[in-house]
Amino acid sequence: MLYFAKWKIAVIAAVCLIGLVFTVPNFLTSETRQSIPDWLPNQSINLGLDLQGGSHLLLQIDREAVLRDRLTDLAESMRNDLGEIRPRIRRSGFRVGDLSVSFEVRDTDRMEEVREVLRGLVTQIGGGISVGAGGPDLQITTDGNRFIATLTEAGINARLSSAVQQSIEIVRRRVDETGVNEPTIQRQGDDRILIQLPGLDDPDRVKRLLGRTAKMTFHLVDLSADPNAARLPPGTMVLYEEDGEARIPWAVRKKVEVSGEHLVDAQPNYQDGRPVVSFRFDAVGARKFGQITSQNVGRPFAIVLDDKVISAPRIESAILQGSGIITGGFSVQEANDLAVLLRAGALPAPLTILEERTVGPDLGADSIAAGETAAVIGFAAVVFFMFLAYGPVFGIAANTALVTNLVLIIGALSALQATLTLPGIAGIVLTIGMAVDANVLIFERIREELANGRSPFNAVEAGYRRALTTIVDANVTTGFAAAVLFAMGSGPVRGFAVTLFLGIVCSMFTAILLSRMIVALWLRRKRPNVLTV
Amino acid sequence: MFRLKLVPEKTSLRFMERRKIAFVLSVLLILGSIVMYFGQGLNRGIDFEGGILVEVKTEGPADLAAMRGLMNGLGLGQVALQEFGEPDDVLIRVERQPGGAEAQQTAVDTVKAALDPEFPGISYRRVEFVGPTVSGELVEAATIAVLTSVVIMLIYIWLRFEWHFSVGAVIALVHDVVITLGMFAVTGLEFNLASVAAILTIVGYSINDTVVVYDRIRENLRKFKQMPLPDLLNVSINDTLSRTVMTSVTTLLALAALFIFGGEVIRGFAFAMIWGVVIGTYSSIFVAAPVLMVLGLKRGTRDAEDEQGDKATA
Repeated sequence: MLYFAKWKIAVIAAVCLIGLVFTVPNFLTSETRQSIPDWLPNQSINLGLDLQGGSHLLLQIDREAVLRDRLTDLAESMRNDLGEIRPRIRRSGFRVGDLSVSFEVRDTDRMEEVREVLRGLVTQIGGGISVGAGGPDLQITTDGNRFIATLTEAGINARLSSAVQQSIEIVRRRVDETGVNEPTIQRQGDDRILIQLPGLDDPDRVKRLLGRTAKMTFHLVDLSADPNAARLPPGTMVLYEEDGEARIPWAVRKKVEVSGEHLVDAQPNYQDGRPVVSFRFDAVGARKFGQITSQNVGRPFAIVLDDKVISAPRIESAILQGSGIITGGFSVQEANDLAVLLRAGALPAPLTILEERTVGPDLGADSIAAGETAAVIGFAAVVFFMFLAYGPVFGIAANTALVTNLVLIIGALSALQATLTLPGIAGIVLTIGMAVDANVLIFERIREELANGRSPFNAVEAGYRRALTTIVDANVTTGFAAAVLFAMGSGPVRGFAVTLFLGIVCSMFTAILLSRMIVALWLRRKRPNVLTV
Repeated sequence: MFRLKLVPEKTSLRFMERRKIAFVLSVLLILGSIVMYFGQGLNRGIDFEGGILVEVKTEGPADLAAMRGLMNGLGLGQVALQEFGEPDDVLIRVERQPGGAEAQQTAVDTVKAALDPEFPGISYRRVEFVGPTVSGELVEAATIAVLTSVVIMLIYIWLRFEWHFSVGAVIALVHDVVITLGMFAVTGLEFNLASVAAILTIVGYSINDTVVVYDRIRENLRKFKQMPLPDLLNVSINDTLSRTVMTSVTTLLALAALFIFGGEVIRGFAFAMIWGVVIGTYSSIFVAAPVLMVLGLKRGTRDAEDEQGDKATA
């Protein structure tokens, strides 16, 4: 245990050196860091949002809305595909349920034809890596002359998954518009999106932007219907325009004349000194818009955003160049936001904020400062105490191990680009206290062996050998706790688990190898006859 | 040369003779903890309860009474205000709002809208809200985490030692976790995700301590074949006593630094850990070891291994 081959010494020294190289950038200013050549590590530790300030938002996509949309689309496709069959198949009782679409076929002798058409609507979801179980996305069953198309588990998952994927894209575009530096936007679980916005003090604007679906549609207003009437003609619905406190009802045609998908640009602008949003359609949108406006001059045209009428201006003349202006009594901020939303596109379904955690930059800075103070004082106290307890030789060996331990943890955190959180700092401070445990175990054992009358060499040898199993058993169990914490934890707690785990690994290395090497080298040099630990 | 020795080189304290007292003490603490846990309950933070937390800094010392009055007038249910470290730093906690996540969001806006005009120059150091779905999941995840780690340790110790040790270690663990939960109930210290991290660390620390003592018991079982079990346990605990105390002291030193200088946010965490280190140290001596006697640990059940052990030591 006390003989160290040259190459072993070299390896131990190399590990410590590598740790040091990765640690150094953390203590440099960012300019100095930038001047470090590329082949050397130049990354500092990633600070968690609780230390650098920023916002953490957890969003959930509206599952029901996604599925409702899917079923509405499905019903529409069924009507179209069945409608193309000649001679016509008579059917009735179209119903859109929670997870299914059903209808009755009145020409009962033509069930097979219908089944054939419906089969064409079923898509196979590739199983395997993507989303758990594969299989068809729809299950077609019959009940008498009623056909029922039900979404399967695979179909639901696939639809949800693509809706989340699309949403992430839209969310990213909207967040980018706000100019946040390095946002993290990632999927979490089946139907959630985690957004981390470092350095953002006031996330209200982002939340406002994310809280809207921004589905924009243009509808004709049904002038023949009274919006206040109890019954409306089929194909007409009531939507409201909000004007300050007042809510003005409009009877608008359900048919979407042009939809926001065709927008290619939207910009905040001024008209007569009031904020407006100007927009431009793509070729298809422009053609449709031109057609509608030329056929309906003089009638009001409702601009609808998320089921609310923004404004319903009268069409003065045909608009053929495919661009226009939305007025709606906006503030400058509202016009800006609306332009961002229209440019970024509509979310496939509404998002709800499930969780928000925002830390201001002051608190983050205070936390770092307090954490540093605690670490330095805790460290100094432990070093002093170890020195008092184990004297110059062993005290220095243990304290060298402790310093190296700290360097290795910081180096590993930088190299792994792990995120350091406030509980993570607590983990480091705790590790400082616990890391000496391995050395304490060894030194106490050496004392015992000396008391049993062994020679210094023998006692040190036996001390390290016998303490080894205990150290391994004790650290493996603590390591399990850290691993479980990492697996279950989120954000800050995870940061704690990472530092705790690294602390355990590093402390075993420094105690079992580094401190042993120092003591061994000293023993070989001095060859003392009596040894006091 | 001078050496600071907290524990004399050779001790022969008769721990096992005190085990009845320790047993009574532990049972009382556990019963007390259970009563407090179900009676008073934990002061659950928003992580587990859902709700809103806002930390504000005011210009000059905060007028808590005025702020409390303002908050109570908002009709948001229970609102708790607390000075947080500094006189100009206030922590506002609002209970979970009925309704979904949007309701929490609205309440945050209401709070801000009420504070802004009344306290000019106010700044928001922290704004957090957790909706009901998420808090429910966090409770589940935390419970699973603690149980998983206990089971993993049970299995590991079972593999490395005899089953008595494994059961004994888990009894000591449960003892520590229950009494720590009791401490949270008694002190009203906020119980949040960081507290779960603290409990898991206590689990790790306590098992670490227990394993060190058990390791020595296992070794002495091979070494002193004729010694009665109570004496053997005493010897083992005395052998490791110096280390137990040293490590507790260094860990407590680091934790004390964290408690005093680490800032308000981390103080509760540090306190829970300090408590855990004390309880964990106590339990590895007075719970984990005596329990082996109660469980009927037999001498010399592993003769083959004992011989190997002897050869290795010889």
